[in-house]
Amino acid sequence: MSQHSTTYVPKSAFGQWFESRLPVAGLVHSSFVAFPVPRNLTYFWTFGAILAFMLVAQIVTGVFLAMYYTPNAAMAFQSVEHIMRDVNYGWLIRYLHANGASMFFIAVYIHIFRNFYYGSYKAPREVLYILGVIIFILMMATAFMGYVLPWGQMSFWGATVITNLFSAIPLVGETIVSYLWGGYSVGNPTLNRFFSLHYLLPFMIAGVVALHIWALHVPGQNNPTGIPIKSGKDAVPFTPYATIKDIFAVVVFLIFFAYWVFYMPNYLGHADNYIPANPAVTPAHIVPEWYFLPFYAILRAIPDKLGGVIAMFAAIVIWVFMPWLDTSKVRSTAYRPTYKFFFWVFVAVCLVLGWLGSRPAEGWYVIASQICTVYYFAHFLIVLPVLGFVERPLPLPNSILESVMGVQKGGAGMPVGASAEPQSKG
Amino acid sequence: MMKRTLLIAAAVLGLSAPAFAAGETPVPPQLKWSFQGPFGTFDRAQLQRGFKVYREVCASCHGLSYVAFRNLSQPGGPEFSEAQVRALAAEYKIQDGPNEAGDMFERAGRPADRFPSPFPNENAAAAANGGKAPPDLSLMAKARTYERGFPWWITDVFLQYSENGADYTAALLNGYKEPPAGFAVPAGGHYNEYYPGHVIAMPKPVSDGQVEYPKNEAGQPQAPETVEQYAKDVTAFLMWTAEPHLEARKRLGFQAMLFLIVLAGLLYFTKKKIWARVGGEVEGHATPPMTHNP
Repeated sequence: MSQHSTTYVPKSAFGQWFESRLPVAGLVHSSFVAFPVPRNLTYFWTFGAILAFMLVAQIVTGVFLAMYYTPNAAMAFQSVEHIMRDVNYGWLIRYLHANGASMFFIAVYIHIFRNFYYGSYKAPREVLYILGVIIFILMMATAFMGYVLPWGQMSFWGATVITNLFSAIPLVGETIVSYLWGGYSVGNPTLNRFFSLHYLLPFMIAGVVALHIWALHVPGQNNPTGIPIKSGKDAVPFTPYATIKDIFAVVVFLIFFAYWVFYMPNYLGHADNYIPANPAVTPAHIVPEWYFLPFYAILRAIPDKLGGVIAMFAAIVIWVFMPWLDTSKVRSTAYRPTYKFFFWVFVAVCLVLGWLGSRPAEGWYVIASQICTVYYFAHFLIVLPVLGFVERPLPLPNSILESVMGVQKGGAGMPVGASAEPQSKG
Repeated sequence: MMKRTLLIAAAVLGLSAPAFAAGETPVPPQLKWSFQGPFGTFDRAQLQRGFKVYREVCASCHGLSYVAFRNLSQPGGPEFSEAQVRALAAEYKIQDGPNEAGDMFERAGRPADRFPSPFPNENAAAAANGGKAPPDLSLMAKARTYERGFPWWITDVFLQYSENGADYTAALLNGYKEPPAGFAVPAGGHYNEYYPGHVIAMPKPVSDGQVEYPKNEAGQPQAPETVEQYAKDVTAFLMWTAEPHLEARKRLGFQAMLFLIVLAGLLYFTKKKIWARVGGEVEGHATPPMTHNP
């Protein structure tokens, strides 16, 4: 799967016979056993494993839900209630799936902001990073269509609002919308095609995830210092070190997940979605799921419909250009004192945008959304390019090992070997 | 600088004032529910009383179409006996058919039947109720909520407050008051303190003493026969109809949390032990991956 050639030789005769015909065991060995992992990774680097787990969990729970769910406008709501009431542990599977979407997004946002903070998107990981952006966009499409399936009030009206956005596109907009709807308004054909696509997209995500992992194994993982692995002393083999750490992190994440599922299963959803879809009655506030709120705020900040749609999509597409917009030679924000400040301002702006997205679009909420939207884009278009030229980064450690062993704190001139005392217990 | 800050603050307050005035709906009081919290369970007697209120008051207009008679005897609910449920179901007329002759017919209800709706269809329900069909109550306790506001929407997560719908429903049933002076209630509407906009189509549904509660040994009703108590009991019942597996969910949740926490603890020490091997000289190898420039 990558440059570092595998020295893997199966022990059994059958293993060797098979390996010479399909070297899949060697692939797994080089990718998930022998693969060198920077030894200084923090728990922020466990979110990749958590996300892989969540993808599998969503697919598995989703497959079971699809056995009972009926994608028909007249029966969808009822079939979900059938799952909740009559199917054995149906309530558990559905709450796992519904809350799982939110957990998936919590994990992906941490993963994305970890990447922003430590400059993981920079060379030589641009393709790896762009594949990640593609996964995020696919996730958003999947989550949006999934929320339509229960065919409650928020499903229906959320679908109406979001699909209508495409009508802003000049010339072809109306045609695109009628293809999305399968008619002249959101209705049974819309539900049918959304169900089909909601089942399809996760497997496309899985495919891009495979590429994402492949692209990861070429340059290897970034790390909190942002400097590459220079010698074997900087790294540990994936198994057992990263494996056990990832498993532990996944289980801790599962505790968090379980808390929502068992104690607050409806908190992250909308009460309105327990009312069957009714095209004749519009809910008082049409609000998307929490994970779309920052983008929803950007959409509504622009007074023009087409402008709002462009701004909303641009807010994500601009991520693709980050490796080139960021002119700093230093990857990790830990060594960029000025950027560190701007990074946290950016995080705050994203959170405020999220909150504004949940408010009605009136009064000063609109003005605040506009200010935040301008700042959001300024972060990419002004802060990132300019800081690279004007900022004086802190000195980087010579190696990952040195940063771990605290040579810098121990005083200049201390030989690396002096502090790097082996603590191996065997 | 200070002056400008004050000006901005004044502008902000000025802009938000109309929004506040428009929504002067009081916040529903947070009641004490037996089913709240991580170990919450339903109070069987309360659910049975609540069912009685539903049946004698609400059922004349509101359906309960996702609930079957058999649910009433299932664990985690009102837990009527199976014989009681059979007798209860038999009191209802269910339309069935077509039979061998091709005719629809009416028969006595069976435990497997769902509660029949009080109206043959939605249009009939709307026609009989001033143009708006009374909503089905099966999911009512989850389908309504009220705005919590900052910082409560954060603390709710930690304090596990998820009874928004129940508190709102109980408040609504208690919310029939005389309209304030100058508030014109349109014809066919009724003033309700907690209903958004204050004009609700449903008239005050229940009055003190209207539903007779079962008596205890002393010959007294087991709970006060007041609107306040009726509201509480029927809301608890509706919470159960909306979330019939609530008890199983919380019970399984405790087991799952316990299992996961112990597992996480074991994994933590395993991880520590494995990582203790990593000293200055890393065991194993690690061929550096493709080198790249910092």
